[in-house]
Amino acid sequence: MPKRSIAQFAVDYTQYLAPDGSALGPLPSFAEDAANLVPLYRGMVLTRAFDAKAIALQRTGRLGTFASSLGQEAVGIGAASAMLRDDVLVPSFRDQAAQLWRGVSALELLLYWGGDERGSDFAGPREDFPIAVPVASHAPHAAGAALAFKLRRERRAVLCILGDGATSKGDFYEALNLAGAWHLPLVILINNNQWAISVPRAAQSAAETLAQKAIAAGVPGEQLDGNDVLAVRERVAAALARAREGGGASLVEAVTYRLDDHTTADDARRYRDDAEVSRHWENDPVARLRAHLVARGVWSRAEEEHVLAETARGGEGSRSLSRDSAPAGRGHVRLPLRKAAPGNAGRARGGGRGRKVPWLSAISWRRSIWPSPAR
Amino acid sequence: MAERNLVEAINLALARAMTEDPRVVILGEDVGRDGGVFRVTDGLLERFGSERVLDTPLAEAAIAGVSVGLAAQGFRPVAEIQFMGFAYSTIDQLLNHASRLRTRTRGRLSCPMVLRTPCGGGIHAPEHHSESGEACFTNIPGLRVVVPSSPKRAYGLLLAAIRDPDPVVFLEPTRIYRALREEVADSGEAMPLDSTFTLREGRDVTLVGWGAVTLDLLSAAERLAVDGVEAEVLDVATLVPLDAARILASVEKTGRCVICHEAPLSAGFGAEIAARLAGPGLYSLLAPVERVAGYDTVMPLPRLERSYLPSVERILAGARRALSHA
Repeated sequence: MPKRSIAQFAVDYTQYLAPDGSALGPLPSFAEDAANLVPLYRGMVLTRAFDAKAIALQRTGRLGTFASSLGQEAVGIGAASAMLRDDVLVPSFRDQAAQLWRGVSALELLLYWGGDERGSDFAGPREDFPIAVPVASHAPHAAGAALAFKLRRERRAVLCILGDGATSKGDFYEALNLAGAWHLPLVILINNNQWAISVPRAAQSAAETLAQKAIAAGVPGEQLDGNDVLAVRERVAAALARAREGGGASLVEAVTYRLDDHTTADDARRYRDDAEVSRHWENDPVARLRAHLVARGVWSRAEEEHVLAETARGGEGSRSLSRDSAPAGRGHVRLPLRKAAPGNAGRARGGGRGRKVPWLSAISWRRSIWPSPAR
Repeated sequence: MAERNLVEAINLALARAMTEDPRVVILGEDVGRDGGVFRVTDGLLERFGSERVLDTPLAEAAIAGVSVGLAAQGFRPVAEIQFMGFAYSTIDQLLNHASRLRTRTRGRLSCPMVLRTPCGGGIHAPEHHSESGEACFTNIPGLRVVVPSSPKRAYGLLLAAIRDPDPVVFLEPTRIYRALREEVADSGEAMPLDSTFTLREGRDVTLVGWGAVTLDLLSAAERLAVDGVEAEVLDVATLVPLDAARILASVEKTGRCVICHEAPLSAGFGAEIAARLAGPGLYSLLAPVERVAGYDTVMPLPRLERSYLPSVERILAGARRALSHA
């Protein structure tokens, strides 16, 4: 027998909810009490409202280029809700859902995307990294932070989020490989939204799944339905728990879909059919969870209207982003946002001359309807 | 007091820093059991253990990127890249992340890392092992770039680099790793990271360089002295931030300047010094600024490297051109 098989691999796939919100089988334990899922739903709705507001602000010239997470809300909310406060998030530029859940304020995010230096910091999770724009270059930072936890013998883990395109880059593999070799408490979550600007997933890699890239690095890799927030939360929580307990690194691929353009500077109609996008709207993660909550009797039209009204109020306030928004001068740039209590940043005053911070007296969003950061 | 070469002086500084500060960790390829390909980290694994001296997988971008993550978490990583030719893949990490993490987070996170790598030619090394890529790093705001030229300065500057709160690229000239010995006390005293050092005083012509060529500049100064020409020799040592004041003061005295580096001439760091001289130093100049450098070609294989590298003869020729102007 000159040849024999010396290793076999399999990639698991997890999904709890069907697109219509019905349960495909037993639910994870945190979902047994449906009330636990309401904060996840509110988080997803708020993320969607935030994205919509940001795009409106960009279209009216008050924000720079912005990357929407439309259709991928379950990935960020599910993953961030699986983190402990002491864990560290190393996000990419489309991870506002996770950042908002972790306690970065909408104000701070909008300041950044509005080109205001004050948005480069946030009062929230002080050890979380800033978003990384160059794609995958943040994966080694996540490995480095995980190494720090390991060397200090802290029971903490690092969550790094990146996109499907990022898995084609060397940095992704270098970080995953090193984290595998050193058994680092790192979870890399792939937000596989099927499109890296104009390049579809199939053209990105011949690999059947992106999760299987873990196999080469010798770490667990699995795939899940990224539009099923229950699956995201449960599997990321398991990977993070394993990491904190010394079980090493893992790779989780969340399969979702980018319903919006890559960024506001992109026009996806140049390279993909509207029909494809319409099809994916039928798999909307927000609608799926809402249907599930309604079916379980913890969500009603009245509650839905209440949340929508709250987000609308937050949106209205943000109109003050507008006309009186002066370019940030020196005094502005130095304004220490962190002096404002988290969630209270909208009240911060700008400049040395008593000028109002142009950026949203508005976004009291987080304070009013945002669920409390990770428990 | 013990005489030490550059390798031993760097080793001494690393051991000192690790003893003083538990946050200092070394990581890189073969830095542990092997003690590094140039033996710079020799004995440190045995002394400080495998959690402070880490043999990494063969991945330079990861070495730099992991250092960013460690540094952001409060460690003081000292990363080694085996040869300059392999350091270029760290530029993404240095430029996009390490150098700007403090600014990017408005001071919330910072990046106190040191990236050490050998540089320069003259040891008959293979392709990609003899580059002088300092200018690739000097144009990255937020990064200090240091090139020691003697065991003492290597010790003092490396200690300063490790203690510095921001990222430092520390380039070690292979040609002088073992070429000279001098007494180096393990004093724990750092040297300033923003100073040009005057190695020899003179009033007729200023010879400026860094790294291995400073020894050639000193030899050239000896030769010029035979002819009664007093050359002042400056070791820039820290390219960024540049101690331009020291160079300008020297040229104010001599009126003539020869800038020397191994890297290719065009857009080399010598061009920055020449620009400073052409600006605030213009009215001090009695002669055009001379640059003696590597050629604008690929660094050749070892049989031609002596033709490529600036030699004492080429430095002398440059100095004589400068002196020929009345």
